Amino acid sequence: MSAATDRPPLAIALIGNPNTGKSTLFSVLAGVRQRIGNYPGVTVEKKIGQMTCQGRSFLLVDLPGTYSLAPRSPDEMVAVDVLLGRRDDAPRIDGVLSIIDASNLERNLYLVSQVLELGLPTVVALNMTDVARQRGIEIDVAQLSQRLGTPVIETQANKRRGIDELAAALLRVAGQQHRPVEAPFPAPFKEELGRLEVLLNPPGEATIPRPLVERLLLDTSGYLENHLLANGRAALGTELRASRERLTQAGCPVPAVEAMTRYGWVAQILEGVVARPAVRPPSSSDRIDRLLTHRLWGTLFFLAMMVLVFQSVFRVADYPMGWIESGIGWISTGVEQLLPAGALQSLLVKGLIGGVGGVVIFLPQIVILFFFIAVLEDCGYMARAAYLMDKLMSRVGLSGKSFIPLLSSFACAIPGVMATRVIENRRDRLTTMLVAPLMSCSARLPVYTLLIAAFIPDRSYAGGLIGLQGLTMTAMYLIGIVTAVIVALVLKRTLLRGPTPPFVMELPTYKWPSPGTVAYRMVERGWSFVRRAGTLVVAVSILVWAALYYPHDADVVEAPFAARKRQIEHQLAELPPDDPQREDVEREQAELAHEIDGAYGRQSFLGRIGHTIEPAVRPLGWDWRIGSAAIASFPAREVIVATLGILYNLGEDIDVGESDDRNRLQAVLEQATWEGTDRPVFNVPVALSIMVFFALCAQCASTLVVIKRETNSWTWPAFTFVYMTVLAYVGALATYQIGMLLAG
Amino acid sequence: MTRPGICALADLSVGNRALVIRISGSDDVTMRLLEMGLTPGVEVLMAGKAPLGDPLELVVRGYRLSIRKSEAARVETELCA
Repeated sequence: MSAATDRPPLAIALIGNPNTGKSTLFSVLAGVRQRIGNYPGVTVEKKIGQMTCQGRSFLLVDLPGTYSLAPRSPDEMVAVDVLLGRRDDAPRIDGVLSIIDASNLERNLYLVSQVLELGLPTVVALNMTDVARQRGIEIDVAQLSQRLGTPVIETQANKRRGIDELAAALLRVAGQQHRPVEAPFPAPFKEELGRLEVLLNPPGEATIPRPLVERLLLDTSGYLENHLLANGRAALGTELRASRERLTQAGCPVPAVEAMTRYGWVAQILEGVVARPAVRPPSSSDRIDRLLTHRLWGTLFFLAMMVLVFQSVFRVADYPMGWIESGIGWISTGVEQLLPAGALQSLLVKGLIGGVGGVVIFLPQIVILFFFIAVLEDCGYMARAAYLMDKLMSRVGLSGKSFIPLLSSFACAIPGVMATRVIENRRDRLTTMLVAPLMSCSARLPVYTLLIAAFIPDRSYAGGLIGLQGLTMTAMYLIGIVTAVIVALVLKRTLLRGPTPPFVMELPTYKWPSPGTVAYRMVERGWSFVRRAGTLVVAVSILVWAALYYPHDADVVEAPFAARKRQIEHQLAELPPDDPQREDVEREQAELAHEIDGAYGRQSFLGRIGHTIEPAVRPLGWDWRIGSAAIASFPAREVIVATLGILYNLGEDIDVGESDDRNRLQAVLEQATWEGTDRPVFNVPVALSIMVFFALCAQCASTLVVIKRETNSWTWPAFTFVYMTVLAYVGALATYQIGMLLAG
Repeated sequence: MTRPGICALADLSVGNRALVIRISGSDDVTMRLLEMGLTPGVEVLMAGKAPLGDPLELVVRGYRLSIRKSEAARVETELCA
């Protein structure tokens, strides 16, 4: 037996301000040995990693970056509960690794002062020492360590410096008894604290530890009072307010007393420990900042940056997406050649491979977007982008932090929803996530392209400057944006109503992004999408395949075609291999195969469902085939094109990018009639009604799964699906009915 | 009338330095402003304003902090000479 298995692993919590390199340090320490999950009931990610040092194994619990241990929401409560050992789903903490930014000691030590009071063995990682040195800041590390009473280890996480020393220090202190550090508060405060502790912990009841009692006394936002003093202990609220009143009289106003006390303590700790130049020379970061937040140049740079990000996600992703499509096509063809035609072949090709392809196809956009997000975040520009866009976004009730997730959603809502993590406020984050799928993503383009080319006349106005087709496309994007604005405003006034969250945001020092961090983020995001969305999207895709395949009653479906089929086979057998007529007969054979596929489609469960719901979609101007195709496109919007192809006897291999394919489908759509009549199905109002439906609907299983993953609940994806489908239906209905009135 | 040189943080011009006197309110926003180091007695530099006039960029305790005008309105300051 090895030494590592003799003793249980030591659990170390990582805590620090945002922008201190905590995530980088975590990934350097844990490497690939990490698990990512969720804490139930909140949206905080649960990140646990492992490492081994001198034969002893460690569990590293990465807590969300925070400026303070003063919880004012369930998400912020998680870190406090984990540190105090109050969560059953997290390991009991043996030690704390507190990461601080050496170039910004004053504010970083505020959190350290809160952490030390918990009485857990603590190691301080003094990170980003290179930045501090560049700014001429000199730190007496030995002296700092002595005053704090903990080891202080200099690190540069992005260059893997100081990592071994850090691990050794953790091994030294973790698990040891540590004497709680006396809180630096003035005497009147400590007296009130002592009184409350006794009142709150009557014998025989679950105890509230002293650090939480302190938080309760200091939390004037009311969150902890509601959280801790529920069920019958509400009377204590009066005691609490009386305490605060007395403290104000004694010259310790709550909540200001905490910040004043702790920053006072920090000043004492740093006295003589830090030497900095008397006049701070303007650093290169300051000069860059002046330019990038400049009224004109800053705005121009921001716009250029956004165009670059958007174009990359939108256009550059097109190449790898094409390769993935070809790869999937290649595998499908291989399977078709290997296996005889039948249910198994169809399941593998259309259900499984199609479903897997439908997940993998999003990877290029996710990875490219997170490349930019990681670079922008790591170099410090992300906060500036939020700063520049805040005023605009606040008109919709959101903050500047919602801008980039929403912009990315025009390429694809999946990475957009994943990018909402930068928004700390739960209500803002949910609102952003719920309206992100309304942005017209790239998967809507095939639908728009096809219908616009087929039904919108190619007219232009203003001397060719404005084309009607382009105008229609713009209108589709605008419908999504306007609806998103309205939905966001409504959500913020109803379901997600609440006080405006603080915007208060650090603008971090600019630095060069670390390639390791960027690469890690890209891989981590891409992989997490495939792992989380994969299974479910493939399952939905198989379900839809089955609905379109079964009952597959060959006798009934193929009987009407049997005579023609035999005749063609006979003709082909007769004709010599190089006969010019052969080509025509072969084309006829292919057309017949498509007709048979179409007949199977009509006979399928999906076809029958389409027939059943026809009365419901008729007011939108749709026949049962459009209805069926809309249902079949639930896993992914672009599927509607292939399904329309099958149901209109064209086969499913329609490539909207190929003008031949597009022309064939257009020709068929133009000629399609309501069954049993010669009234055409498609006209301009019908085409517009389909487009509006697809602009507003939530036909994308991957997006819904990602919303589930980010909100940690099925409620929100269900809500998104229902509200978007209702809007899509109403929008399509209004479009068709008004269109018909105008067309008169 | 307030004393000369006393004004809300939101009303400082770019380039002004001021000392924080007090922050009114006791909600989430006030607690966050205090935690971020805007405590009575600390010196603040108004470093800039976003192109649309809001939010503001401050330098406090050696780092850059962005807050909205509405948040800065609750911080009472005294202009440094």
